[in-house]
Amino acid sequence: MSQSFKIRKGYDIKLVGAAAQTDLDAVSAQTYAVSPLDFPGITPKLAVKAGAQVKAGDTLFFDKDRPEVKICAPVSGEIAEVKRGAKRKILAVIILADSKIKYASHGKLDLDKADRASVAELFSNSGIGALITSRPYGVVASMSEEPRDIFVNAVQSGPLAGNLAYQLDGKDSEITAALKALGKLTSGKVYVSQGGDEKGVPSLNDSSVVNVTFTGKHPKGMVGTQIAQISPINKGDIVWTVNAVDLPVIGRAVLKGEYAPEYKVAVTGSMVKNTGYATMIQGVSLSSFNASNMKAGNARIIAGDVLSGTQIEADGYLSFGKSQITAIPEGNQTEFFGWVLPGFGKFSTNRAFWGWLFPNRKYDLDTNMHGEERAFVVTGEYDKFIPMDIFPQHLLRAVMIGDIEKMEQLGIYEIVPEDFALAEVACTSKLPLQQIVRDGLNDLRKEMM
Amino acid sequence: MKFVQNIFDQTRPLVEKDGKRNILYPLHNALETMAFVPDHTAHSGAHVRDAIDLKRTMVTVIFAMVPALLFGMWNIGRLHYGAIGMESTLLENFLFGTLKLLPLIMVTYAAGLGVEIFFSWKRNHPVNEGFLVSGLLIPLIMPVDIPLWMVAASTIFAVLIGKEVFGGTGMNLLNPALTARAFAFFAYPTWMSGDQVWVNTSGGDIVDGYSGATAMGDLATTVGQGMGNPAMESVVAQFGPEGNYSLMNAFLGLIPGSIGETSALLILLGGLFLIFKGVGSWRIMLSFFIGGLVMAGIFNAFAVNEFMALNPIHQLMLGGFMFGMVFMATDPVSAAQTETGKYIYGFLAEFFGIMIRVFNPAYPEGIMLAILFMNVMAPLIDHYVVEANIKRRAKRLANA
Repeated sequence: MSQSFKIRKGYDIKLVGAAAQTDLDAVSAQTYAVSPLDFPGITPKLAVKAGAQVKAGDTLFFDKDRPEVKICAPVSGEIAEVKRGAKRKILAVIILADSKIKYASHGKLDLDKADRASVAELFSNSGIGALITSRPYGVVASMSEEPRDIFVNAVQSGPLAGNLAYQLDGKDSEITAALKALGKLTSGKVYVSQGGDEKGVPSLNDSSVVNVTFTGKHPKGMVGTQIAQISPINKGDIVWTVNAVDLPVIGRAVLKGEYAPEYKVAVTGSMVKNTGYATMIQGVSLSSFNASNMKAGNARIIAGDVLSGTQIEADGYLSFGKSQITAIPEGNQTEFFGWVLPGFGKFSTNRAFWGWLFPNRKYDLDTNMHGEERAFVVTGEYDKFIPMDIFPQHLLRAVMIGDIEKMEQLGIYEIVPEDFALAEVACTSKLPLQQIVRDGLNDLRKEMM
Repeated sequence: MKFVQNIFDQTRPLVEKDGKRNILYPLHNALETMAFVPDHTAHSGAHVRDAIDLKRTMVTVIFAMVPALLFGMWNIGRLHYGAIGMESTLLENFLFGTLKLLPLIMVTYAAGLGVEIFFSWKRNHPVNEGFLVSGLLIPLIMPVDIPLWMVAASTIFAVLIGKEVFGGTGMNLLNPALTARAFAFFAYPTWMSGDQVWVNTSGGDIVDGYSGATAMGDLATTVGQGMGNPAMESVVAQFGPEGNYSLMNAFLGLIPGSIGETSALLILLGGLFLIFKGVGSWRIMLSFFIGGLVMAGIFNAFAVNEFMALNPIHQLMLGGFMFGMVFMATDPVSAAQTETGKYIYGFLAEFFGIMIRVFNPAYPEGIMLAILFMNVMAPLIDHYVVEANIKRRAKRLANA
């Protein structure tokens, strides 16, 4: 069974600094960090204390409200520090890594015989459950819920996205095992979305797995777009989403009982000296990597892509679940009468500047806002970037005034912040759309719990 | 540009929160952000942003108005010298028009921005750019001889009642420029209609056979006179190929009228520019045009007077139709905000516009009233469009 969709609404932001298809030196470091801030919807409760010894796959902290949601150590070693912020909020758990990683054993699964409960238990205990996002709300999935369907996203179309086929090369057996295990977790379907040409996930001869092809513009590579085309989320539905880059990690846990969140990370962006792919374990300290790989100057380093990635400091750590690092220049400089000039070299999604004359040019964009925040004025702008049957501006207004009923009616269950990222880039009024959506989802979730 | 930045830096302490001239902070901020696009960087969400901002959008609309504005200046002079029987060169026409129009523009900006800045200070937010456009639209839809204080009063009324009471730019229900026009029209009717106000005739004797009436005014006299009435022949002849209001003259704009709205050609040029730039909604303009054409066509088919019998295309070239279509109806805030709604909004605005104009000759500017009426109706249109989406979603849930 297979389906295919072409995404016509959207935009491909062309940037300089795509990853060359070469392997860079693997990155390892003495310290690794796991930050609860990378997991929306979690109130962390620590399972370890500073000084304790952990193995890779041991629980570091879990969600206070849903204790089955566990976040595990990516490497073995000693808990060096629990970093706290204001009101003792946990910012990060720092691990001083062993030179050779020891893995906690979570037991192998016999995929032909295992029932849902045993698969769920493995996912929950081994840390791979945290790689699954649950919608609505876009939070870490709880294994005690059964999703309607599972959507595996194997399309990477964001700015400077890595080549998935290259990143997943040689992992076929793990990927197959992961898909089979995911199939056990739902009585619905497992949809695997792939791009038109480059395939990273091998086809699986299994009636519960549906292959879907997405072509066209970004956000074809956003799972929210894919769900909206395949089978939109209704009120009361729970669906899970998985990024294809995480499948090998899931597969290894299924086959060997080990949690080894190791990725071939795409190193991209105009501020990077040598682009390419570097193998690294999630949470690795990037300070020496950044010191040797970033060009001189003021750079914004992002774990993920420029649309919805997280900003990390030069001495920061690789955020959870990210398989791309982007470095672009900071844009903290003023521009004299920048809004009047013709702007032949300016990046804009519409024709108000003359840069549209060069549709194939790649831009070296910085982080400047190019203007101040304003009220909604321009209409119909967001629709062009959100290929879903929703009215984005009306939905955002409902969120801003806190009208839960209107939010539900207008489809808040179908979206997570990243679905509004492209519209946020294009927004004339410079409004923080992703933050508004996140606030709306948080309010809604509080109301429902 | 360092010295410009220095001026802003040096004066900033004066206007900041504890400064002596805090009330001027919005003005300081507006001028500074105008001179320099700020150095703000993205801190939440997407890390790169489109180069466009509201200033760019608004200045694009202003660029689109420039042809009509320049033509208006020239036309003021041409009509003036024509009425008093003096030969004049292009430059003289233009200079005379400039001297007449510049004070109007300055007064409008001063009055409107004054109110805006006061509210920005009161509400503690930066000055929004919306008035940059409104402030140029208002002079263009006024008669040339209107006293400046009336323009100021209308502008202040429009910004206060049309915009600020609703919460400022982005929240307003009515198009501020049209609100100003409507205020002036009803408050000072003798200065806004008739045949005395459209052409400046000072400084000379009026030539024989001169009439300062507009096409709309003359057409209004035919209402109630029946078709083929010999008394109306002279009026009808004005609209013939040789008349003052011939289709060609109306299209080019060589007729009396509000300053900026006579030249259909140049307004259309501005409209195409807006569509091309993606700033003006082609949906509204297109449906607006079709709405007017349909109504004028219906009237033409069932004409009982010469006004109704006017060729539909000719009808659309007269009065505020083109200007309303390109610059008024397309205001994104007061128009319908859904794409489907825009078709309905545009169509009805002009359907009613021509209807008001023809049925009630006392309001030759039916276009203005119709757009204002549809401004009020736009949220209702949007409501039903959005409701359809909500229903669709509910149905999907019921079928799931």
